[in-house]
Amino acid sequence: MINKNFFFKGYRSIFTHDSPAIALTCCFIAIGALFKNLGFNIQESIFSTVLTYALPGSLVMAESMLIGASLLNIFLAVWFVNARLYPMAVSLFPLMMHKSQPKWKYYFSCHFIAISAWLIMKSNYKKIPKEYRIDYWIGIGTATVSVSVIGTFIGFYFSEFMNKDMMIGLAILNPVYFLCMMVGASKTIQVTLSVLLGIILGPIIYLFSPEWSILLAGVIGGSIAYLVGEYNVS
Amino acid sequence: MSANIVYAILVTSLATFLSRFLGALTSQGIKKTSKLFKWFNCLAYATLAALIARTIIFPAGVLIEASYYSRSIVVILSLFIFFISKKNFVYPTIFSAICMAIINNHI
Repeated sequence: MINKNFFFKGYRSIFTHDSPAIALTCCFIAIGALFKNLGFNIQESIFSTVLTYALPGSLVMAESMLIGASLLNIFLAVWFVNARLYPMAVSLFPLMMHKSQPKWKYYFSCHFIAISAWLIMKSNYKKIPKEYRIDYWIGIGTATVSVSVIGTFIGFYFSEFMNKDMMIGLAILNPVYFLCMMVGASKTIQVTLSVLLGIILGPIIYLFSPEWSILLAGVIGGSIAYLVGEYNVS
Repeated sequence: MSANIVYAILVTSLATFLSRFLGALTSQGIKKTSKLFKWFNCLAYATLAALIARTIIFPAGVLIEASYYSRSIVVILSLFIFFISKKNFVYPTIFSAICMAIINNHI
């Protein structure tokens, strides 16, 4: 089944000094407060956090519900916004594949693909024997989902005690945290250039095509960074 | 639980899980040393960076009420803290929330 040592090692990885736990909790506090304002009850809020476990997707769902969008519209909007999870999964799972591990672990644990867990795994996978990386990953995913649920719970019940400035403060925390993690991860020319081009192209393409901006910026910026990196190596 | 909200949550989770599952499924034949893996790695980083930049410059939700300048000042100061704190993630993150709340209250 799951190797307990590596599972708990992964679980504990979010409690280190530079852990994403605080940032993740604060982000989901904001989501919990948003759900309450939308008329969700606590069960629905927790249900949404556990099942979706992706901040942009939850935000899009909330915005779509506010304007009375149909279920098909919600599905398509969330799918476009969360399409970034596809390259994230493809660039992570080959690092964890091992023939001794059953396939169900990979299919089950793909639910944990999200920016924070992905960046933690990308930073630490070399320290873990390949055979047990999937158990370590499940540990990270379980921990980040637990933290998200706690954040949603706090946000739901404490939103009435928070003023607008505090909510705005919580909202900026998420992009700042991820920006720092991305800058910290920029150790090769390909990754550095990917991050730089993504930051530049994302907002520029948004002016012409808001729906496709993230995907287009990712494909164009990532492909240019890849080609430049390969050219430099050769 | 109201049916509409539950359906919206289920549809959202299905749309989210689809990308994750397809990624896990198609990654099985890809070696980590292959060019395809490197390309997808670049795509993933660029996509995330684009998402973060869009969130800061063209935000959705409550952040839209903070001015563009206050958001820019907070991000630049937080990055400065990130570098002087030897790339610690927690200090700039906490700083950004406090700084944003203060700036937004006074500007």
